[in-house]
Amino acid sequence: MSPDGPASAAEVFAEPVTASPSTGLRRGWRRALRRPPAVAGAVVVLVFSALAIGAPWIAIAEPLKTDWSLIRKPPTWAHPFGTDDLGRDSFSRVVWGTRISMQAGVFAILLAIAIGVPIGLVAGYYRGAVDQVIMRLTDAWLSFPFLILAIGLVTILGPSLTNATVAIGLGATPTYIRLTRGLVLSTKEEDFVQGARALGAGDLRVMGRHILPNIWSALVVQATVSIPGAIIAEAILSFLGLGVQPPSPSWGTMLNAAQQFLETAPWMAWWPGLAIFCLALSFNLAGDGLRDLLDPRDY
Amino acid sequence: MLDFLVRRVIISIVTLVVISLIVFTGVRLIPGDPARVMAGTDADPAGLEEIRQKYGLNDPIVVQYLRWVGLAVRGDLGESIRTRESVVWTVARKLPITMELAGFAVLVALAIAIPAGVFSAVRRNTVWDLLVNAVSLCGISIPSFWLGIMLILLLAVRLHWLPASGFVPFWQHPLSNLERMVMPAFVLGAGLTAVLMRQTRNSMIEVMSADYIRTAYSKGLAGRVVLFRHAIRNGLIPVVTILGLQMGALMGGAVVTEQIFVVPGFGRLIVEAVFTRDYPLVQGVVLITASSYVLINLLVDVSYSLLNPRIRIRGATGEP
Repeated sequence: MSPDGPASAAEVFAEPVTASPSTGLRRGWRRALRRPPAVAGAVVVLVFSALAIGAPWIAIAEPLKTDWSLIRKPPTWAHPFGTDDLGRDSFSRVVWGTRISMQAGVFAILLAIAIGVPIGLVAGYYRGAVDQVIMRLTDAWLSFPFLILAIGLVTILGPSLTNATVAIGLGATPTYIRLTRGLVLSTKEEDFVQGARALGAGDLRVMGRHILPNIWSALVVQATVSIPGAIIAEAILSFLGLGVQPPSPSWGTMLNAAQQFLETAPWMAWWPGLAIFCLALSFNLAGDGLRDLLDPRDY
Repeated sequence: MLDFLVRRVIISIVTLVVISLIVFTGVRLIPGDPARVMAGTDADPAGLEEIRQKYGLNDPIVVQYLRWVGLAVRGDLGESIRTRESVVWTVARKLPITMELAGFAVLVALAIAIPAGVFSAVRRNTVWDLLVNAVSLCGISIPSFWLGIMLILLLAVRLHWLPASGFVPFWQHPLSNLERMVMPAFVLGAGLTAVLMRQTRNSMIEVMSADYIRTAYSKGLAGRVVLFRHAIRNGLIPVVTILGLQMGALMGGAVVTEQIFVVPGFGRLIVEAVFTRDYPLVQGVVLITASSYVLINLLVDVSYSLLNPRIRIRGATGEP
């Protein structure tokens, strides 16, 4: 409404239309505020995202620069997280490690969604032989313990960050195939889908315009809770020497190095692990909150 | 019931066949000539040809697969490139160590998760419930290898209560064996504990709100009797399934746990095999792991159907 003078009829009529998305947002926000842990989780995830993006400006010390005079020094003001076995600043390495971990976690799950959701859609929508074949393959794929599958794939592809991400993504794919298929099976029978089909919508249109938008929120929730698993998996692969290769700063490789100096430099083990823990915990908290927010029936 | 069993067994067999295809193709996808890998980098062409002949690497891929499966079914998974020992024998020596570790981990998980989950369901929406939820969330989020390192730092390096790592066979020195198993079992069991705690709580809450529980209360039974005689029996059924499904995570977790605590088990074997590019060993270990996972879950499903008649009836009508 214009602050000066009486409101015109057009403005009065326009108001409810423009106001509705903001009231929706406000209602969502109010509902979110009722769950402080979820909000805290989301905030911490945002902080980590900022660290990942702003790493070059936040971590002023060069993360790869070795300094023989600073080998395994405990935390000081100049090096708040101490230094490692090669005299590198641990704080810088943890901050740069955020970028690698977030990248690996988010991209792995995006890959799993990109492969899993279309396959699950097809399996659930068409049923029959296609579904049987896809589900048997998925069962077999799920029989490989996640980490052992990832290790096997990295053996085939060779150890690197990209390959570890691909391996984790492929390992998480069957979860999305199953989830999507299950959601499609129940959504497919809804009246609005039947209606769309009766109006002559083709398979692609029904799947893309009617089913997918309705199952999307469940997929987003699943993604939020599976990102921490992917982040931990990347750290494990790097810890085992199968992911990010030294000297790149990754939380897993940092912990691997720290393990040899537990007696003399325990701080080397504190921070990278604490970072993984905080990030995974925040994603889990945010994911739990998101689940309640998007699907109140589920609670 | 029989229908359900037959259906379930057929699905398991199909899954096993697909697993064998995946493992076989996976190893063939490794870049490079398998003969060269087996012979080492300094082999001459004649030596390579000899290896190709010996292992039938010149045969059509289908023939190679069938021969491999035929041998695998009879318990022959080839031999390790590095030690020339049979893969099955190598695994058979390492497996008991990991099984001991996993067994203790499950015990730790059940001992903590079930009482905590039941308690939190009974005291729903109290401080205790909140605490159990918080612990469970932390358990899911904590990277097990970091937990392991922190425990070593506290209990071994600082307090000198437990040895930091290593393994002593049980029959050699039972006490040392147990002493060295405490931390690895706890670390491996931590994630499982968190998952089971949540599951126990949720399923107990569901059971406690069922009509028959209200009936039990209203006919004057004491709360304790209702809980232990009526609720827990049904409440723990889903926990059995989750425990079965978590076996894969447990096997994966064993890889990291054994690496940290230097336990010479199955998990360490995989990592060593990967690093030494011992492909027959990697192939064998992955195949055995996946197959045992399928078999464990078949057993879980069968036991589940014995525990829960509703599943039997649904299975018999052919619904998924």
